[in-house]
Amino acid sequence: MRVVFKTSYDRDIDLHKDGIHRARIAVLLAVMAALPFLVGTYYLAEATNTLIWALAGMGLMVAVGHTGQVSLGHAAFLAIGAYTDSALMEAGLPFVVSFPLAGLATGLFGALIAVPAVRMSGIYLAIATLAVFVIVEEMVILLEPVTGGVGGIMAPSISILGISFDRYGALQNFYWLVLTIVALVTWGYANLMRSPTGRSFLAVRDSEVSARALGINVTRTKALAFGLSSGVTGLAGALMGHYIGFFNYELFSIFISINLLLVVTIGGLGFIPGAFLGAILITGVPQLIAILRDGLNASIGLDLSTIPGLDTMIFSLILIGFIIFEPTGLYGRWLKIRAWVELFPLARRDMFRRQKSYLKTERMK
Amino acid sequence: MSLLEVEDLAVHFGGVKAVDGVSFSVEPGEVFAIIGPNGAGKSTIFNLISRIYDPTRGAIRFDGQDLTVLKSHDIATLGIARTFQNIELFDHSTVLDNLLMGRHTHRTTNFVQDILFLPRVRREERAHRHKVEEVIEFLELEAYREKMIAGLPYGVRKVVEIGRALALSPRLILLDEPASGLSVEETQDVAFWIEDMRRDMGLTVLMVEHDMSLVTGVCDRVLAVANGKPLAMGTPAEVQAHPDVQAAYLGTGAAA
Ligand SMILES: Nc1ncnc2c1ncn2[C@@H]1O[C@H](COP(=O)(O)OP(=O)(O)OP(=O)(O)O)[C@@H](O)[C@H]1O
Ligand SMILES: [Mg+2]
Repeated sequence: MRVVFKTSYDRDIDLHKDGIHRARIAVLLAVMAALPFLVGTYYLAEATNTLIWALAGMGLMVAVGHTGQVSLGHAAFLAIGAYTDSALMEAGLPFVVSFPLAGLATGLFGALIAVPAVRMSGIYLAIATLAVFVIVEEMVILLEPVTGGVGGIMAPSISILGISFDRYGALQNFYWLVLTIVALVTWGYANLMRSPTGRSFLAVRDSEVSARALGINVTRTKALAFGLSSGVTGLAGALMGHYIGFFNYELFSIFISINLLLVVTIGGLGFIPGAFLGAILITGVPQLIAILRDGLNASIGLDLSTIPGLDTMIFSLILIGFIIFEPTGLYGRWLKIRAWVELFPLARRDMFRRQKSYLKTERMK
Repeated sequence: MSLLEVEDLAVHFGGVKAVDGVSFSVEPGEVFAIIGPNGAGKSTIFNLISRIYDPTRGAIRFDGQDLTVLKSHDIATLGIARTFQNIELFDHSTVLDNLLMGRHTHRTTNFVQDILFLPRVRREERAHRHKVEEVIEFLELEAYREKMIAGLPYGVRKVVEIGRALALSPRLILLDEPASGLSVEETQDVAFWIEDMRRDMGLTVLMVEHDMSLVTGVCDRVLAVANGKPLAMGTPAEVQAHPDVQAAYLGTGAAA
């Protein structure tokens, strides 16, 4: 096991615990940046999609994983981000302006609806956010001049300083753009979680009554978290619009909300890397199933595509399996494997058994 | 002037008069205890001071400021910290983070500065860490610094909660049964810490406690309550000798 010797408070305050950790992130970023030279167009497009999902996942993670607010409405924030960005670009604003504005608008909208909604929790909040989703979906259909109604719109082509970042015309550039945005948001998110604001989110998640006793304004903190959450999701929505190209309200269906929830729960609630792992799984597994299916068809002539819904079923089974057998998510599993390897051969079987929680008879809301 | 003044405080939950006409005041630097049988209303008095409940009548003043007009999250800002009888820690965070959360009232940065992690945020983090390390040293929590709360033994969690309250650098600390469930040695530690809080940190302590040896050992004055009503107030010896108090503890309910 690697022991980090701490010689100053900065060791804990820094993003990276040590040089090795820092080097690992640098290598990962370098590989990601070099990806266009390593893989073909098809996989580069898939990677872009995964990054966008990871961004949306990080958005939802702020609310669900770090503040304990479940939302079924996040597809609505994707939609608001996508349509706002497109509308602003149609109005003549360049992407570098329309994109942050789209995030800001979505964030403000999220914070606004959060003010009444955050007084609710658990299933009530989930239903309230679902209601918001339904309303936004209707609005999208009604606001035809902006959203193209049922027919949909074409996302304008991105160009920055005369260079094209078009998803089809210049996929490499678009990929790099997405990668940069995702890296920046990840950095900001990691900063947030090592600062007082992030700690106040965790405090509100774990014990509202203690949070108040420490001077944390619970309502404001939840609204801020929900606003940041929707803002980041709005950014992801804008990118998703550009990625898909031509889209209508169906791109932002309730299933997207559910898939996003799966991204964060499967990835690992409350861990930023969990959003990435979840995004890889949710975008990768359908591909994997398709590849396996084609392989079966080619090798033993078994054509599974004649059975409707099989893909969805296998996919669902994998997800359900995760929720039952690995509630801490992929990232939790990874942490356990790593600890096991580091401690080998000393790891104990029950090392990760969760401690029974003591009774909280006096829990007050 | 008294640091904390409670006057004719009452709260009724439906028909239950949980607290009914309690008055007392705590002087600066004093260690003051509230004792009484189970269900007497002791924790409820704390919850009234914390503004978790609205009083039915009565006044609470801290340093001359009326607390009843404030929100529960304003109380800490005035310099009042507390612990909970049934431990309310942030279970999925480390001891260090729990203590850092105790520093919330001392933050001056906003979320935008935090996201960018401007130099000022780092400077403040260092200062918070410095204070928290003092608390860790004081309570001898070094071995648990990086541990998750969820896996810690009861006794340690109890101490972490005291630590989180101290990290706030309060003027008044409310301890709800700090020694309940602790061993004799651990209770002895708590007694020493309370002594040090008063002597070295200049803190005023208001506590609820059943362990009479701890109360007699560290407290200047004691208020006994039963069924929400005050029974007696005075030095630990005086209160213990009071006939109404003895009756209440024997369960005859003579004083009610
Ligand atoms: N929110 C509430 N709603 C209704 N009744 C309450 C509420 N809070 C407390 N009570 C009642 O008020 C009375 C006093 O409770 P409290 O918790 O203050 O007792 P206590 O003196 O702290 O007892 P213990 O020594 O067991 O901790 C009890 O009868 C309790 O049931
Ligand atoms: Mg009590």
